[in-house]
Amino acid sequence: MHDSSVAVHGETHNPALLHHFATEEQQKDASNLGMWIFLGTEVMFFGGLFCAYLIYRGWYFGDFGAASKSINATLGATNTAVLICSSLTVVLAIYAAQTARRGLLLLMLALTMLFGCAFLGIKGVEYKDKFEEHHVPGASFSFDHVPIPGHPDQYANPRHAEIFFALYFIMTGLHALHMIIGLGIFAWLFWMAWKGRFTPEYHTPLEIGGLYWHFVDIVWIYLFPLLYLIDRHP
Amino acid sequence: MATTTVQPVERENYLNKEYGIGSWLLTTDHKRIALLYLISITFFFFIGGFFALLIRLELLTPAGDLVQADTYNKLFTQHGQVMVFFFLIPSIPAVLGNFLVPMMIGAKDLAFPKINLLSWYLYIIGGLMMVHCMLTGGVDTGWTFYVPFSTAFSNTKVIEAGLAIFVAGFSSILTGLNFIVTIHRMRAPGMTWSRLPLFIWAHYATSIIQILGTPVIAITLVLVVAERALHLGIFDPKLGGDPLLFQHLFWFYSHPAVYIMILPSMGVVTEIIACFSRKRIFGYSFVAFSSMAIAVFGFLVWAHHMFVAGISVYAALVFSLLSYAVAVPSAVKVFNWTATLYKGSIHYDAPMLYAFGFLGLFTIGGLTGLFLSALGIDMHVHDTYFVIAHFHYIMVGGALMGYLGGMHFWWPKISGRLYPEGWARLAALIVFIGFNLTFFPQFILGYLGMPRRYYQYPQEFQVLNVLSTAGATVLGVGYLLPMIYFLWSMRYGKPAPDNPWNAAGLEWKTPSPPTTFNFEEEPVVTWEAYNYEELDAPHKQEVPVAR
Repeated sequence: MHDSSVAVHGETHNPALLHHFATEEQQKDASNLGMWIFLGTEVMFFGGLFCAYLIYRGWYFGDFGAASKSINATLGATNTAVLICSSLTVVLAIYAAQTARRGLLLLMLALTMLFGCAFLGIKGVEYKDKFEEHHVPGASFSFDHVPIPGHPDQYANPRHAEIFFALYFIMTGLHALHMIIGLGIFAWLFWMAWKGRFTPEYHTPLEIGGLYWHFVDIVWIYLFPLLYLIDRHP
Repeated sequence: MATTTVQPVERENYLNKEYGIGSWLLTTDHKRIALLYLISITFFFFIGGFFALLIRLELLTPAGDLVQADTYNKLFTQHGQVMVFFFLIPSIPAVLGNFLVPMMIGAKDLAFPKINLLSWYLYIIGGLMMVHCMLTGGVDTGWTFYVPFSTAFSNTKVIEAGLAIFVAGFSSILTGLNFIVTIHRMRAPGMTWSRLPLFIWAHYATSIIQILGTPVIAITLVLVVAERALHLGIFDPKLGGDPLLFQHLFWFYSHPAVYIMILPSMGVVTEIIACFSRKRIFGYSFVAFSSMAIAVFGFLVWAHHMFVAGISVYAALVFSLLSYAVAVPSAVKVFNWTATLYKGSIHYDAPMLYAFGFLGLFTIGGLTGLFLSALGIDMHVHDTYFVIAHFHYIMVGGALMGYLGGMHFWWPKISGRLYPEGWARLAALIVFIGFNLTFFPQFILGYLGMPRRYYQYPQEFQVLNVLSTAGATVLGVGYLLPMIYFLWSMRYGKPAPDNPWNAAGLEWKTPSPPTTFNFEEEPVVTWEAYNYEELDAPHKQEVPVAR
């Protein structure tokens, strides 16, 4: 009997529309803008670290090169590939939601989480190597008699290399923390998708979670060359 | 605190809709969250004030006799940290902004009500960590955490204080994020950008600083904590680090943080001046864009805190010049407020008295800021009481006067009760006199060379210090009075009409106190902001109230 009112106020029947928004469009815009602003704060958060890194890279150019060379670039490159693949699966997950393919959506979300875990696992191996090589800053740190790339007659200053490793662990550690939070978000998205909450009309959480995931990937895209590749020439 | 009782015919409103502690601690209503913030920041204000009292008592006599030097270091450190991070930064945005931003733009709530509640919890977690830190030994680095003292030498609880401020910082970020999205996406039909109250513009500019600046102090504190806990060398010159890098990162946030404190206050004062001179604000767009200009320029002046720290003379020159530039938009505001007063029909109610206080004190604070941004003068007065007096004129004379003025202006809306006007005018006068008596002598002390952060001083500085301590006592009375009569008015105050000041602005078209969703129907705005000439036209008795 309320055909016309349903037609006019159809959107109010969507349980995902919160009371203080007038339309779904408004809610979606607000959520998206909120995430973009949050990513802006993240840029500033990592920006402070990048600033510190660049200053010391300028000051202790050779020492940073020597320290960077001790990190396993193959593992880093593998991780870069893994993250780029995970970004693809995120996009495909959104595509699956838009085209109402629940099976594909669940598969892509699961794959994203799998790639995320693989990244953290590889990162763990890298950390273990550094630990065994006594490259973790602290009392047992040692970086003696490591030649500076291009200057075989000069050894890197261990104090300055220690700053590199301090920044390495803080930057990759914070990035890994963001990955873990991302895995939590995607586990929740998986659960929502499992319950069938996402439709071609409503899948804002996927888009917002995706934005976050892509951002974390992009941070890595900057971390990888700065930490692993600065002095790789033979 | 749910002491809202007996109105003869009580309408349902946000205060009496639900009772019980759970309905407050789990609320997502922006107005209730504003009250949660009000209670919490008042608590921290009195803690910070208590430290200030002890500092002033110690400085009553030249000898260091009341407390020991170590204790004194902790007193001024914690006074600064509590007042800056747990009172001033959340003060107007988290209380008045939370309460008013949705109402002023005609929205039912902020865009993200749950994140709003989360921000209060983060604030409380940070606050409890700070309280725990203070109760178990405190911290003595100065509120600035300067390295390498904070990371390598201090034997106090630097890590805990740093983490407390780190957590509270995220509360500030989330508030800013919420405001920006709300202002962009939640405005009522017809509420165009050029019809926004200038309070909203001020909060928009503040939020930009909060979201872009706060993450930088967060990462800086992470580095300080990591360096101290793990003995890294990022900032420690002995290990190859650069202490100046810390100062750059710290002031990159902490200078704009001053604008987080003062911009909302400017917004409040704009509303009050327009209302109590019954005029449209002079040069609306100039006032709006000067807020944005302050937010932008505010990010480019940080190194004026480091003129004597060993930065290059060319950098100092540029930062000095930019610091002069930031005075321009501030002056634009002062001139526009003054021009609004010109030929206005001025009413001297308590909020207006605070606004007048703000005008004078902010002008003094701002102009002495120009002294400090001049390289030569800064060499002389750097780290003296001149600096202390300058920034207290901005933060207390400016930000706090605006906060108190705003609390009086909107108290009828918040509580549904009128405060006692006579007492309020008296309190405003006491605050103004007490403030000047406290801090004006400090300009002279600083000019004569008394350094900050010392617990004893030569005999010849005593007279001015006694004046300052006497002023602080008067100021303390001035702050206690409003708290007493606000609490009193919640039970015994006269019920407030919906628009006691006959003010323009959507927030006054809601009931006092408002209902949970503010407006019964989504308002449609067809008028310009500050249409006081229209409101006061003889054929109109009162603004029609949206029911």
